[in-house]
Amino acid sequence: MTRLPFPVTLARKIYTSMVRIRSFEERICRLYSQQEMRCPVHLSTGQEAIAAGTLIQLRRQDYVVSTHRNHGHLIAKGAALKSMFAEMYGRQTGCSRGKGGSMHMSFPQAGIAGTSAIVAGGLPIAVGLAWGSVLQKNRRISAVFFGDGAVDEGTFYESLNFASLKKLPVVFVCENNFYATNSPQKARQTNPRIHEIARFFRIPGTCIDGNDVVAVYTAAAGAIERCRKGAGPSLIEARTFRWKTHVGVESDLEKGFRRQEEVALWFRRCPVKRFERYLLSRGMVSQQWIDTVRESVDKEISRAVEFARNSPYPRPETESTDV
Amino acid sequence: MWDKAPEQSSSGRNQKPRARGRGRLLSYREAIREGLLQAMEQDRRVFLFGEGIDDPAGVFGTTAGLQQRFGAGRVFDTPICENTLTGIAIGSSLAGLRPVLIHMRTDFLLMSMDQLANHAAKWKYMFGGATPLPMVVRAVIGGGWGSAAQHSQPLQAIFAHIPGLKVVMPACAYDAKGLLLSGIAEQSPVLFIDHRWLYDEKDAVPAAAYRIPLGKAHVVRKGSRLSLICVSFMRKLALQAAAELAKEGIDVEVIDVRTIKPLDMVTINRSVGKTGRALVLDFGYSFCGITAEIAARISRDVFGSLKAPVYRIGLPDTPTPASPVLEKCFYPGPDAITDTIRRIMRGQKRVGKHR
Repeated sequence: MTRLPFPVTLARKIYTSMVRIRSFEERICRLYSQQEMRCPVHLSTGQEAIAAGTLIQLRRQDYVVSTHRNHGHLIAKGAALKSMFAEMYGRQTGCSRGKGGSMHMSFPQAGIAGTSAIVAGGLPIAVGLAWGSVLQKNRRISAVFFGDGAVDEGTFYESLNFASLKKLPVVFVCENNFYATNSPQKARQTNPRIHEIARFFRIPGTCIDGNDVVAVYTAAAGAIERCRKGAGPSLIEARTFRWKTHVGVESDLEKGFRRQEEVALWFRRCPVKRFERYLLSRGMVSQQWIDTVRESVDKEISRAVEFARNSPYPRPETESTDV
Repeated sequence: MWDKAPEQSSSGRNQKPRARGRGRLLSYREAIREGLLQAMEQDRRVFLFGEGIDDPAGVFGTTAGLQQRFGAGRVFDTPICENTLTGIAIGSSLAGLRPVLIHMRTDFLLMSMDQLANHAAKWKYMFGGATPLPMVVRAVIGGGWGSAAQHSQPLQAIFAHIPGLKVVMPACAYDAKGLLLSGIAEQSPVLFIDHRWLYDEKDAVPAAAYRIPLGKAHVVRKGSRLSLICVSFMRKLALQAAAELAKEGIDVEVIDVRTIKPLDMVTINRSVGKTGRALVLDFGYSFCGITAEIAARISRDVFGSLKAPVYRIGLPDTPTPASPVLEKCFYPGPDAITDTIRRIMRGQKRVGKHR
């Protein structure tokens, strides 16, 4: 890890954000078998550093567009955990009033414009949000998260082209976890170096270790600064690994989709543990502080789950509203 | 701003939608252009984009000169990436703008199906109505001159089939302007399909901005014997057929649905309830088409009033051919309508061929 590019107070916030994401999804795993959350869940466990390191730097009014694997992005951008749980529990108090489930959550009051479960579907929407900012001169920027699978899709290239053509304030963040469901990147893509594609469109593209939150922060800071200056979009390829299966709470190891060595390697690179060790070894936080954070996050999540379970289901007649 | 300038404003109060003869004579193409221009004048959030919309031809003249008037930020040419452009429309709408995305052919909408059907149509619903999604996608139908299979498809039924999309198909200059202004002011995605063969048709159009609410059919001609329910260009043929049949003493009522979604079944049912006979016309494929939907609803809603089965005329279940001889077989003319109506009136068992 490189030298810390931000003050300790910010480091603590980033760490807390990562713990909130990790704990949120660990709680889903614990409760999922009760079958009260009756929707598919796509977990981002193991990828927390990318969401936390990027989104801590955005303003509340800046936009984020995400995917079906969206929990981390929502949490890091400031969505309320209770309305996220309520959504997964299919309740009226959910952030999508029970109409979206885990795959479709938005939180406009925190700039979360929406999430698309169609691969690459969010990219042009993020570009459009940025176009809206430019035309209205309101200085909002737009960050879009997508997986390596999105790079297979035509709209990825079209979106990069349009954003560059109009010099739009977009940060394209590719969370390259090397698999689209279970299809490995090398079976799908001629050039595995996704960041190089950006350069064809005259967009700066960088490749970073997505499990190193300091590296994520630094790369995102550069991209965001370019946006704020009006210099146009950037692309960050953050290499990472998803610990869980494409959809569901099991791991791919249990399902026999991954090799033991591969999974073990990425477990050792756990982004949360890594940042924790980093902060502890430099005396920036104490073990006691970490324990306190984990405890308070745990309580916050328990309260969110309680809120969801005690919330009413949507009234049946709302099935036909909001079309 | 739009929300402060509804139909009841300057024009709306004394200029009711039905008040004819008050405006100047304006062609359908000029009415569309005027609608776009006034929408942009009244609301800075409105912008237009699409392939070639700023060139001198200006999408059959409907966008001509608008870039000069409003600048390249609000009227601009684009890369040819229909799907991505549709996503950009969604995003800019979420950011508070009112985009109008223009395609010169409806066929090209198939390139934007993912963003139209999976995103624009769903965005409002799947997030529980968290944000409105005002946006208009405008496309042009109408073939001829050998436009053939990929430049002439009337695909309105496909889009009307998708929950979350409104589909508007004006058939005269007055409706074109009023429905366009309404579409731009909507809070959810609207597909606006205009018909090339109507561009030079003239109609009285008020100079001020006015809106025609979506989901209101228009009884274009009153009649008592049969209801002729039509979509888009078929209105022109329907009126020709009705005039012809009037000479024979067959008094036909003509209803232009104007918007196929939302669909105004109240007006249609009231008419068929009165006449007892219905012929439904669409400038679109009959198979799984709009005519089937309307016919099914009539049969259910006013079955007791029907004196004959509900018939329909649309396009055959084939791609569009190029040769003028084949095109003539493909597109129904006014004779197809008059013949069918005469047979219905005579109570014949077999009415029409494939139609």
